Amino acid sequence: MTTQMFGEAIVRREDPRLLRGDGHYLDDLGHDAYAVAFARSPHAHARVTQIDVADALDVDGLIAIYTYDDLPARLAEPLPLLIPHPALTAPRTGHALAPAVVHHVGEPVVMVVASDRYIAEDVVDRIVVTYEPLPAVVGVERAASGQRVVHDGMDDNVAAHLLQEVGDVDAALATAPHRLDLRFEIERSASMPMEGRGVLARWDPDDPRLRVYTSTQTTTSVRAAIAAAFDLADVHVEVIAPDVGGGFGVKIMHPWPEELLVPWAAMTLGHEVKWVEDRREHFISSSHERGQIHDVTVGYDDDGRILALDVRFLHDNGAYTPYGIIVPIITSTQLPGPYKLPNYRVEFTSLYTNTVIVTPYRGAGRPQAVFAMERTIDAIARDLGADRTQVRAANFVQPDEFPYDVGLVFQDGRPTIYDSGDFQASLRKLTALIGWGAFAQQKEQAQADGRMLGIGLACYVEGTGVGPYEGAHVHVETSGRVMVSTGLTTQGQGHETAFAQIVATELGVPIEDVAVTTGDTRRFGYAVGTFASRAAVMSGNAIALAARAVNAKARTVAARALEANPDDMEIIDGVVRVKGSPAEGIPLNQVAVLSNPLRYSFSEAAQAATQFAVPADDDQPPVRDGEEPGLEGRAYYSPPRSTFANGMHAAVVEVDPQSGNVAVLDYAVVHDCGNLVNPRIVEGQIHGGVAQGIGGALYERMAYDEHGQLLNASFMDFLMPYASEVPTVRIDHLETPSPLNPLGVKGAGEAGVIPGAATIAAAIEDATGVPISRMPLSPDELFRLLRSNGTAPLAPLGALGTSIPEPDDQHGGNA
Amino acid sequence: MKPPPFAYHAPTSVAAALELLAELGDDGKVLAGGQSLIPLLNMRLAAPAHLVDINRIDELVGIEVGDDAVTVGAGVRHAALERDEAAAQAAPLLRQALRLVAHPAIRNRGTVCGSIAHADPAGELTAVLALLGGTVRVARHGGDSHDIAAADFFVAPLESSLRPADLVTSVRFPRPPIGAGSAFVEFARRHGDYALCGIGATVALADDGSVATARVGAISIHPTPLVVDCGAALVGRPPDDERALTAAAELVDEASSPEPDLHATVLYRRQLTRVLTARAIAAAGAHARRRRRGTTHPTQEGIDG
Repeated sequence: MTTQMFGEAIVRREDPRLLRGDGHYLDDLGHDAYAVAFARSPHAHARVTQIDVADALDVDGLIAIYTYDDLPARLAEPLPLLIPHPALTAPRTGHALAPAVVHHVGEPVVMVVASDRYIAEDVVDRIVVTYEPLPAVVGVERAASGQRVVHDGMDDNVAAHLLQEVGDVDAALATAPHRLDLRFEIERSASMPMEGRGVLARWDPDDPRLRVYTSTQTTTSVRAAIAAAFDLADVHVEVIAPDVGGGFGVKIMHPWPEELLVPWAAMTLGHEVKWVEDRREHFISSSHERGQIHDVTVGYDDDGRILALDVRFLHDNGAYTPYGIIVPIITSTQLPGPYKLPNYRVEFTSLYTNTVIVTPYRGAGRPQAVFAMERTIDAIARDLGADRTQVRAANFVQPDEFPYDVGLVFQDGRPTIYDSGDFQASLRKLTALIGWGAFAQQKEQAQADGRMLGIGLACYVEGTGVGPYEGAHVHVETSGRVMVSTGLTTQGQGHETAFAQIVATELGVPIEDVAVTTGDTRRFGYAVGTFASRAAVMSGNAIALAARAVNAKARTVAARALEANPDDMEIIDGVVRVKGSPAEGIPLNQVAVLSNPLRYSFSEAAQAATQFAVPADDDQPPVRDGEEPGLEGRAYYSPPRSTFANGMHAAVVEVDPQSGNVAVLDYAVVHDCGNLVNPRIVEGQIHGGVAQGIGGALYERMAYDEHGQLLNASFMDFLMPYASEVPTVRIDHLETPSPLNPLGVKGAGEAGVIPGAATIAAAIEDATGVPISRMPLSPDELFRLLRSNGTAPLAPLGALGTSIPEPDDQHGGNA
Repeated sequence: MKPPPFAYHAPTSVAAALELLAELGDDGKVLAGGQSLIPLLNMRLAAPAHLVDINRIDELVGIEVGDDAVTVGAGVRHAALERDEAAAQAAPLLRQALRLVAHPAIRNRGTVCGSIAHADPAGELTAVLALLGGTVRVARHGGDSHDIAAADFFVAPLESSLRPADLVTSVRFPRPPIGAGSAFVEFARRHGDYALCGIGATVALADDGSVATARVGAISIHPTPLVVDCGAALVGRPPDDERALTAAAELVDEASSPEPDLHATVLYRRQLTRVLTARAIAAAGAHARRRRRGTTHPTQEGIDG
């Protein structure tokens, strides 16, 4: 038996439960609850002139129909602005139910409560809402033109404008030996968790308490929002995240309209009420992300060293800004990546459009930033005829330069200071892993066989573990069970395993004895949430500190019983013993008994512990000053600032010039997230991230038409890559521990997705010789791009005989 | 995404099903594998008052491999026909195409006759039926069964010549001549998606190895499955002759009338039509050569295209 679990690639303890269908997701709860469905706006911009429910009232099973006019005063107010910012000069938020004007397709207008969801949808079908359509603003450039305006009372569509500058960009550009002007476009995508959002509320009038289950990434903040909305004491509102089937950012937004409406309906009707989002609702009423256009001017010397970088970008924030301008702030501050930019200016304009709101999706503004930065570096290398790895190396922050101050204000309002990393070492690992040096020959040989191969790479730095804090509670029960709780939530990351590994290691107990609870306000009331690659950094360290407190207390209690010095004690395999004399020790569960002076004998442990009981000191109170009964510990971790992880991806692709198909032949990742709690979990995170990166590079886009209708609001037409489209990912780790936290960890959750689009674009560009400046790229678009560059004449021409696909290739997807 | 209310019927004989369908007329809809109908119901794009489920009618489940044709009953799943060795031997194009129909989970439920009755011009089997010159057997209450030729069956996108109360009981795929080769190639955005373009081809070779006949059946580039005789371009030429293949691709391109959608422009669909036509005919020619030489192990037939 080993209790040294930190760093071990053990299998995830939660998987058997989840894989066997024994998970409890939102829709697995509340079988007798009333069901909710919404009439949502079919227009992107319209005035609601009439709501006629007459035809719906006789539907059997209808419980209630609510419109904006039915809402109590607090619920009728605009939804909260979560993260204000001085640059966000024209914030706008939506309402729980739309009042006079709707601003995007999918905005909730009427809420229906019925005995089940089928009937609720029947009722929705019979409600007639009359709209007076208004002109819609779609597309960030049209929003910028300001010809049409999304919000009444505004003269343009500008929600925010922010400029940050390091050095003197104009002066440096004026004297730079080389200069390029570039434009990059990144499409919209979305988190698309397998489980959509959902809310179940129970009101207990006998013991006035509101219990809310919600598929969220933050229960404590949802609780605060609900308590404020209904003027309830925090302790009378319990918010619990059950098993959550993925979040990827969309569930950190809160409170969603449904998180207020469903509890309100439950209290009003005196009955459990549940809403489970369906996929169409998710497409048109939950948030999207990406969606930026960058104009870049770069000045550099003969070695490709960047002397000045000037970036102006437009950010599409959708119809409202409830989550502030976090996404474009991250884009602007993370754009420099691993490179030293002596003169850097970034200026963004965040614009309203009549589309779904934009809030962070895994990567949160970084994939756009990395696309702009890495495509710029590749353009410099092309211009100079230099190797792309050499231009990168010429610009890297060097290992002896940490901590490195980028000179910008990060998303947490604190300075952007890289704490650790070794970019040169990472690049060496990556080029070895992908075979960068030998590729030129491979490419030439393939060319001779009529095949078009290309290689590309992209680097990133990711601020992770954003504060302000997380806390944890560790409690050793007299049964020997170690109950661990932390307030942040879990959406499939494997916290039950990773957090238990930390406790097993810190407390010297078998991992089987450790049970972890996350995201339950009944167990832990203060928390921030699971986003920004922060769970391992924030809660991981808080849990380690809480476990260390328990460790110290266990040694104190046991030392007292054994008349030893606590400093001479250690916990090995769940037994607190005197160092050097393994025979002298007390099992931890008996130490738990001893820690509580009230010793009713309910268990064998209690009886066994009596042998160690020390005679009472009549001069001391049973619970001594400064001590508490019980073997438990509580701790918070609050870092001075974010810790910065980093990594690099490389890919080899084959382009079929006749079909425009891109097959990813090889994909390599070098990843530095400091010390690894569990390498298997980290690699799983990377695999999933790469899959989403491939989606962003080749498949996913939100196809809005000019009227603001989302044309591909289903999994048939919004193309997420299947397993068959995701390459095998080869991973190497570099572990440069963070000096900022006790465990030396950096975040890993989002990393995999960040450089995906930039990497694939670089490889396609290398294969075809055609500059790639936008993502995603469909086969149709790539074919037309090649054709307009004269690379792909209208078929069939060339060696058709060699193009006959093997049977397994006949579907034409990425092999 | 919940269907509107409907009445559900589950007859256990063809006669009972026909009687029900006659009674229900326009209000009745046949439910077989449900792989197209159920999503339409859940999205409330279709709202039939009655569903007649034919999954409990045992007499509809059967694959008959005869001297002239493979006949497939209305209860047969894609997966069952895909795995049927005798059918794959008799008409290799069936397995070649079925492997490209969506994903295994969908093929385990979806039925061959259902996908033909659905008349989706993106459905692989519509082109196979049309290319092989097959027929659809239709029954109705109070009348004799009759056969409709594929050419007359597919009328428009998602529209067949079936009338209300008609039930497709089987489809018949004629066997290609011994020694003929076939292939089905397609291009989809993701594995198993509806193809942006798909081309099935049959090629028979003369004794000297030159092409005797060459025909193509195409999906997703025309309102109905498109059959084009490419003999004019290829007869007397080797099946991998590039100029002949180019000419054949021209013929198919000219005969087609592709529409743009979210995933493909007309220009791109035409490009795929030409590329895939050439690839399909060349592959079918290679298949014919292997069959003539008898180098293909019988159990491999149909698998290696």
